[in-house]
Amino acid sequence: MKELRAHAGFPIEPAYGPEDLAGVDFERDIGRPGEYPYTRGIHKHMYRERLWTMRQYVGFGTPAETNARFKYLMAHGQDALNVAFDLPTQLGLDSDDPKAEGEVGRVGMAVDTLADMEAAFAGIPLDRVSVSLTINGMAAPITAMYYAVAAKQGAAAERVVTTPQNDILKEFIARGTWIYPVDPSLRLVGDLIEFSSRHYPRSNPVSVCGYHIREAGCTTAQEMAYGLAIAAAYVELMLARGMAVDDFAPRISFNFTAWGKIFEEVAKFRAGRRLYARMLRERFRASNPRSWMFRSLIGGGGSAFAVQEPENNIVRGAYIALAAALAGAQTMALPTYDEAYTIPSPKAQLIALRTMQICAEESGAADTVDPLAGSYYVEALTSAMENRILEELAHVERMGGIVEAVRSGAIQAEVARQAYLFEQRMVSGEIPKVAVNCHVGDQPVEADRDVELYSFDPRATEAQVAKLARIRRDRDDGAVATALGRLADEARGRGNLMYPITEAVKAYATLGEIARAMKNVFGEHREAVKF
Amino acid sequence: MRVLIAKPGLDGHDRGAKVVAHALRDAGVEVVYSGLKRTPEEIVQEAIQEDVDVVGLSVLSGAHMLLARRVLDGLRAHGADDIAVVVGGTIPPRDVEALKQLGVRHVFPMGTPLPEIVKAFRQAERQGDTR
Repeated sequence: MKELRAHAGFPIEPAYGPEDLAGVDFERDIGRPGEYPYTRGIHKHMYRERLWTMRQYVGFGTPAETNARFKYLMAHGQDALNVAFDLPTQLGLDSDDPKAEGEVGRVGMAVDTLADMEAAFAGIPLDRVSVSLTINGMAAPITAMYYAVAAKQGAAAERVVTTPQNDILKEFIARGTWIYPVDPSLRLVGDLIEFSSRHYPRSNPVSVCGYHIREAGCTTAQEMAYGLAIAAAYVELMLARGMAVDDFAPRISFNFTAWGKIFEEVAKFRAGRRLYARMLRERFRASNPRSWMFRSLIGGGGSAFAVQEPENNIVRGAYIALAAALAGAQTMALPTYDEAYTIPSPKAQLIALRTMQICAEESGAADTVDPLAGSYYVEALTSAMENRILEELAHVERMGGIVEAVRSGAIQAEVARQAYLFEQRMVSGEIPKVAVNCHVGDQPVEADRDVELYSFDPRATEAQVAKLARIRRDRDDGAVATALGRLADEARGRGNLMYPITEAVKAYATLGEIARAMKNVFGEHREAVKF
Repeated sequence: MRVLIAKPGLDGHDRGAKVVAHALRDAGVEVVYSGLKRTPEEIVQEAIQEDVDVVGLSVLSGAHMLLARRVLDGLRAHGADDIAVVVGGTIPPRDVEALKQLGVRHVFPMGTPLPEIVKAFRQAERQGDTR
């Protein structure tokens, strides 16, 4: 019989039985839904009381174009938004910066000033729609802009629900939108968390992402282990700033993938919830049960999909949705079937949304909480996954802890090594992919490429640059200079930078100006290049 | 054979670049990796200083046409157009020919099998020698 392994590396047996649950204590390790250690999910009745939020990742071109796509998806039943920003925005470069050439509005929408955020959310009531902002190095100014827009709409900050990603450690590991060196980058993460606890009470000021690290090539167990290690690093950061754990931990959220083997994915989340609850309660002494809860967006990951026969990706997406539902997701987002080719078309976005809706309404996966509990296989997998995650956490400690491993580049090198091992397992066929390395069709790949390609319009850049020039002309330059001066002063000191950043944003300082004021003090990160 | 794997522009996705770098190294190629967010001019300088035979550019943001052109122009301006340039990443079909027209030796769009990429680097090096 062929030997099989989980993506995490351990063997999968052909059959499981009660003997595989030796050592599992039901009350201690599994418990009941909505109760510590939350192995079975963080809510007692889960989707019977509240379905997962559907939140497709959207953003391209100008804020006005993105606004139209937001409204299209909301008209089809999407109940929340997840904003994609272009690379210059994510890196704190204005649209007319020479380094931004060719990148404005490409992989997300362009934001230069508060005026762009006003346009992006025009006609969308921010006290009624929850919005994720996929922004990290620039999380502080973008979140300040978001609340400034809400205030202009008349929405009280206490009623605004938003999740800026604000997870810079995973950017150093996987996604690459770092700007400043590690320490000032962490300071900015902490400033936003601290400021939010006082002024943005319903925001989730950090979304810890295993997602991007998995997309960069790590294993399932590493995805969870690194996510937990990053969350612990942020908890320690806030404790060192003098905050009490229960003052911020209830607002920590997560973002993970669920592609691959369905049962392994479900086990990953069950084990992760258990480990997180124990970590917060036992190690960090949190006493509010909300501090113990691993709340997660669970979604796709374009790396699950293939360029060959792209329609097959719709089927893969349905399995991801099923895995995410069985895993107890609070929020779901799926990659689109055309993702390997292009910025998603409206049709592809709608199919992804419909996939989640079919899973929710038709499949029965949402009928009862944690339906796989008690399965010999899934409980044994949950234990195996927990052990493997603990091994990976110990490995992180041997690298000096997650922050040091990021600084030295050791963790980036480990993720790259795993990506290469994965690729070799794909080439050998050990990890099967239909129409890629097994059941390969006789049509050349070229013939599959009849997906509707997003046509990038260079006029979007021109429009964006013209708007930026207009804002610069019309604003009060004195107020901008004062605010930026204060930001630079505070950056040299120890104060919370959200205060001067908010002032600068309201004066229509550009993102580039704000980023530069801090860059002049903090310098720029230099990557430890290892592979 | 010496190769520079480079990430031009602002795109931070380096999985593909690093996987290709690993595969080339396993195939006995000397590989230099630039790290993220290098400007075309920095890549040209590094290629010349490192005396590489091939530069492999990895771009997943959609800005490949502009960035490839800048690197090719830079190599030409420094009299280093014997260095072959290949490009991989999220390259839509309509841009494959356009990149080759610019002077890119090989293009590896999404889904190109790893062994094919390694083979193409070898070919690019040999073609460079005969010029």
